[in-house]
Amino acid sequence: MNTSVKLAGVTLKNPILTASGTFGSGQEYAQFVDLNKLGGVVTKGVANVPWEGNPTPRVAEVYGGMLNAIGLQNPGIDVFVERDLPFLAKYDTKIVVNVCGRSEADYVEVVERLADQPVDLLEINISCPNVKEGGIAFGQDAKAAAAITKAVKAVAKQPVVMKLSPNVTDIAYMAQAVEAAGADAVSLINTLTGMKIDVNKRQFALANKTGGLSGPAVHPIAVRMVYQVAQAVSIPIIGMGGVMSAEDAIELMLAGATAVSVGTANFTNPHITEEIVEGIKEYMAEQDVDDITELIGAVK
Amino acid sequence: MTDKVLDNAIIIRQEEIATDVYSMWLRTEQIADLAKPGQFVALYCTDGSRLLPRPISICEIDRKDHSIRLVYRVVGKGTEEFSAYHTGAQLRVVGPLGNGYPKKSKRALLLGGGIGIPPILQLAKELDSEKTMVLGYRDERFLEEEFRAQGKVYIATEDGSFGTQGNVLDAIRENGLDGEIIYACGPMPMLRAVKAFAAERGMECWISLEERMACGIGACLGCVCRSTKKDAHTHVHNKRICTEGPVFRAEEVDI
Repeated sequence: MNTSVKLAGVTLKNPILTASGTFGSGQEYAQFVDLNKLGGVVTKGVANVPWEGNPTPRVAEVYGGMLNAIGLQNPGIDVFVERDLPFLAKYDTKIVVNVCGRSEADYVEVVERLADQPVDLLEINISCPNVKEGGIAFGQDAKAAAAITKAVKAVAKQPVVMKLSPNVTDIAYMAQAVEAAGADAVSLINTLTGMKIDVNKRQFALANKTGGLSGPAVHPIAVRMVYQVAQAVSIPIIGMGGVMSAEDAIELMLAGATAVSVGTANFTNPHITEEIVEGIKEYMAEQDVDDITELIGAVK
Repeated sequence: MTDKVLDNAIIIRQEEIATDVYSMWLRTEQIADLAKPGQFVALYCTDGSRLLPRPISICEIDRKDHSIRLVYRVVGKGTEEFSAYHTGAQLRVVGPLGNGYPKKSKRALLLGGGIGIPPILQLAKELDSEKTMVLGYRDERFLEEEFRAQGKVYIATEDGSFGTQGNVLDAIRENGLDGEIIYACGPMPMLRAVKAFAAERGMECWISLEERMACGIGACLGCVCRSTKKDAHTHVHNKRICTEGPVFRAEEVDI
């Protein structure tokens, strides 16, 4: 049985990754998950300098999902390179670094710093809905997204995955724009902008007022968008959005994803990523699938 | 290093000890053996529409019976779900989480306000120094007998129905209470007042904070508080309540 997939020239032992922001840089979850069993770890977004993030409350639960407005708090690339990367490099798993920035120059600086580091893929976050500058501002404008893609590609030593926002009119158009600008892959979906109001206090549940919706509530949207993007581009797709089980992951693969990130489900069960890897093998055995790549885009 | 685990805990017994305040004993061998006073657990709902674990403080630890006691208030759908379970029900729980209170050999004032009272009970049981406990309630009292078994207890009620009318600081002043160290847990206005009180008197002060959490184990950065100095882990002026806390030296945090 082959569970490995090839993503922009990088071979993953299986298609399961962690979704950025839900898994730190792996240390915290390493007590619950054997990181060696994962296709890769996608780190929390890292910028050129430390970011304080948003005020609290930063998270709120909603029916079948959650809202977050962390605001990309991160310790900056120096600490990340000295502390977090060496930790991850001890494991037999691929390292995908999520990169965030407030300007094109910020992204370029981080990507340059990672050139000689043990990093397999770069995921460029142009879709965070929770920061005022950078983030989603680049992800909702096809020209800006293409410009960041080109700037990053010009200095990147690793394949570049552009992380797309679902908060757009036509995500396939955005995917085509970054593909044309040289992106090696795309990942989608980031969270959907939402809001929750506490009716007793008549206050916003989040200090940021709005937050990104994730969890099983968004999964059908992710399946639809992965499918649409798969029809529109020829670069590979990392699918994500409300994956809670092996079945959800396989659904995204059938829709066209080469790999799948698991995010909010980690909060519901810290062992979930490993369980999904096992669940995929069980599905393959039951369905007589010898090679997992047969599933990619195989929806009829 | 394994200092926390995901376990399927069994409810040994559960009862309502005051209006909407429930006491639940859970058998969980590994968590009971690892737990320290002031730590908490994250309890998962079984209803799949509620994804996030509920952080609940550990009230008592029975290391012989490998069980922990949680005393919590029903504040929403998740805690409502927990309150409906009976003996024998199984719940997924991660813990123990957070740092817990440091146990120091100093004359101690233990201050608990409202649902911040339960987490200082196990501390009261384990502190071997001279200690005075001050409990603040809105009106209805709970866990009073358990605290009285540990030493001198003073009580404040907001409605004046018992003890000092007012909050824990009113009870401290009315009774002229003193100590070298404060351990406190309670609502934010109380903790701010306790911090100021300790600073005035030059007392060492440890406070336990709470915040909305997602992962509970330090990965998501959902539950941070402002720190007065740059934090060694985050490298910004933020500390993770679930990991560097929930117990902080009062001066460390900007509350």
